[in-house]
Amino acid sequence: MVEAEPQTQSPKRVGLFVTCLVDLIRPSIGFAAAKLLEDAGCIVEVPRQACCGQPAFNSGDRATAREIAEQVVAAFEPFDYVVAPSGSCAGMLKVHYPELFHGDPNWLPRADAFAAKTFELVSFLVDVLKVESIRARFPATVTYHDSCSGLRELGVKAQPRRLLSGVEGVTLAEMQGADVCCGFGGTFCVKYPDISDAIVAKKADRIVATGADTLLAGDLGCLMNMAGKLQRAGRPVRARHVAEVLAGMADGPAIGEPRDAKA
Amino acid sequence: MTAHVTSPRFKRNAAEALADAQLQQALKFVEVNFAARRREVAERLPEFDALRDSARDIKDHTLRHLDLYLDAFQQRVEAAGGHVHFAVTAEDARRIVLDICRAAGARTVTKGKSMVSEEIGLNDFLAANGINPVETDLGEYLIQIRGEMPSHIIAPAVHLTKEQVEADFRRVHTHLPADRSLVEPSTMLAEARGILRERFLAADVGITGANFLVAETGTSIIVTNEGNGDLTQTLPKVHVVLATIEKLIPTLEDVAQILRVLARSATGQELSVYTTFSTGPRRAGDPDGPEAYHVVILDNGRSAMLGGAFQDMLRCIRCGACMNHCPVYHAVGGHAYGWVYPGPMGAVLTPSLVGVDRAGHLPNASTFCGRCEEVCPVRIPLPRMMRAWREREFERHLSPATVRSGLAVWAFFAKRPRLYGLATAIAAFVLGWAGRRRGRFAWLPLARGWTRDRDFPAPAGSTFQAQWRRARRDHR
Repeated sequence: MVEAEPQTQSPKRVGLFVTCLVDLIRPSIGFAAAKLLEDAGCIVEVPRQACCGQPAFNSGDRATAREIAEQVVAAFEPFDYVVAPSGSCAGMLKVHYPELFHGDPNWLPRADAFAAKTFELVSFLVDVLKVESIRARFPATVTYHDSCSGLRELGVKAQPRRLLSGVEGVTLAEMQGADVCCGFGGTFCVKYPDISDAIVAKKADRIVATGADTLLAGDLGCLMNMAGKLQRAGRPVRARHVAEVLAGMADGPAIGEPRDAKA
Repeated sequence: MTAHVTSPRFKRNAAEALADAQLQQALKFVEVNFAARRREVAERLPEFDALRDSARDIKDHTLRHLDLYLDAFQQRVEAAGGHVHFAVTAEDARRIVLDICRAAGARTVTKGKSMVSEEIGLNDFLAANGINPVETDLGEYLIQIRGEMPSHIIAPAVHLTKEQVEADFRRVHTHLPADRSLVEPSTMLAEARGILRERFLAADVGITGANFLVAETGTSIIVTNEGNGDLTQTLPKVHVVLATIEKLIPTLEDVAQILRVLARSATGQELSVYTTFSTGPRRAGDPDGPEAYHVVILDNGRSAMLGGAFQDMLRCIRCGACMNHCPVYHAVGGHAYGWVYPGPMGAVLTPSLVGVDRAGHLPNASTFCGRCEEVCPVRIPLPRMMRAWREREFERHLSPATVRSGLAVWAFFAKRPRLYGLATAIAAFVLGWAGRRRGRFAWLPLARGWTRDRDFPAPAGSTFQAQWRRARRDHR
């Protein structure tokens, strides 16, 4: 449950950009995001959506990225805010969409307006909704990985730690180099899998060295990469999206665990 | 005969680097030490970020008026009794240097560290023409006796462990006692110093690079830590400065600004040990210095970057911070990049200089983590420029066919959210069913690169959007 400042204006209408990975792989993160937003007094809606277009954008296919961006901008125009449980996708929407429409007098203003109302989930809760603390319980020692785009494009670093510090039972054990890339990199991990693996192997060692039993982060792509490596290496660290913990919805199976697994 | 390009085989280079235990051991130094030192010294200087802005602005201004500053520099050098030579290509630069060496009757030349010399393959060229080039920077000396290229722009031998250096010294310095101690860095340094002192005295020409060329005064500046650069440029009769066009800086005041970010970004020093200014040859009454002073200013493709998408790359002051903070560089080291300039700055510069058809892997082999841009002292938008190279590769159909076709199939659905919803619902169901017991896959047909080393989580069985719409419908 979220304790926000009393609502003086009409409730904010938030379009949830759920991200393609959450949509396909781990819907529980989307539900956790929706719960956090609703608890903070928002009305949450989910317009029909596919992907933010990053795979095309980062592969040099600007035309496809633009087509997808037009579609996303249009789909979310009715909302006061656009919120994504991912720094990477939110960074694409907020930072890179305007770049895609650079010099286009019709689309650039729309992309700019869209960018201005788009936020990564946890920073939206803290920076925009001014959520001070969260009523949730998660008895575990956790370590938090700063995903690159959220950290460097959107300045997400203090916000998740601040909210986690108010979760009952949570002990945060920082890893060495929490702000160093995990090696996922979107299409990078497909194009250069052995380099990606070398990077995530180092990351896994640093996670294990904290003694934490749970790894948290704000991006499912990075979490899948790190969880997949930890599991392959037989390490007993479980991985979850930070929203699941904050929403008090971390009692189901962690990432990559069988459906009947319990917290 | 520019430096040999192995960038097209980047993947193989990287695989070999990953399997090289000694290299992996050596790379830990870069990952841990360089980054920590930079952070410490940057945090101690409150105006560090403001200085980065000024450094960027100074470089931008200079690049916008480069013709004027090149011209002014030439006039000042000549007024001080020196000579300026403009070289369009690597070939031109090699020829100019050779002619200067021949005119001086040179048999041995000493060299301070110069990446431009590596770029134009100067050592091999001089050796092929009967002139013995001797590298005097310890790292450069090491890679010269190993027949290698630098693996880092400020720490050329950073890929070597102490044990490898010891073995190389024992192999090459056979006239020295076999039982000498080479355990500590200081004893290794003494060993190299003993050898190099003779060469400094024997050299007819000294060749250095330049960190800056000052238009206001006609001064070339080198920033070093070992003192070898000073001996290289003051002891021989002739001093040749080899530099590229983007090294121009308007004034000494501007240099003073940039110096404040350079060493901090590079090694985490406030200033490097030596910052040496050279203006013209020895004047009457000077106690030392060369009789002749030449500056060879090389273009080699850089002027074509002016005014284009990659102009910002010409701001680079060669500090190495980008590679010091790059997870890919930390994993594979500098040689894997396959040419002179490694890491993020190389991933942008190399395609500009040798062609994206040959260096296409480099801008792709980045996770876009953005750490390079975060630490760049002149705020070069490195990820954005790597993406710009990817766009050119995509336009020219240089990206691999598998990537292109995979992207096309994905894009077909991603542009059609309804169809996408249907396709992902099916995928979620099938994969969710297949992975329901274990919760993850140890092998997936289209993700073998991933599943070779990592498990892949099984989808929950139905997509978020399907579940959300079902729940909202049931609600009503």
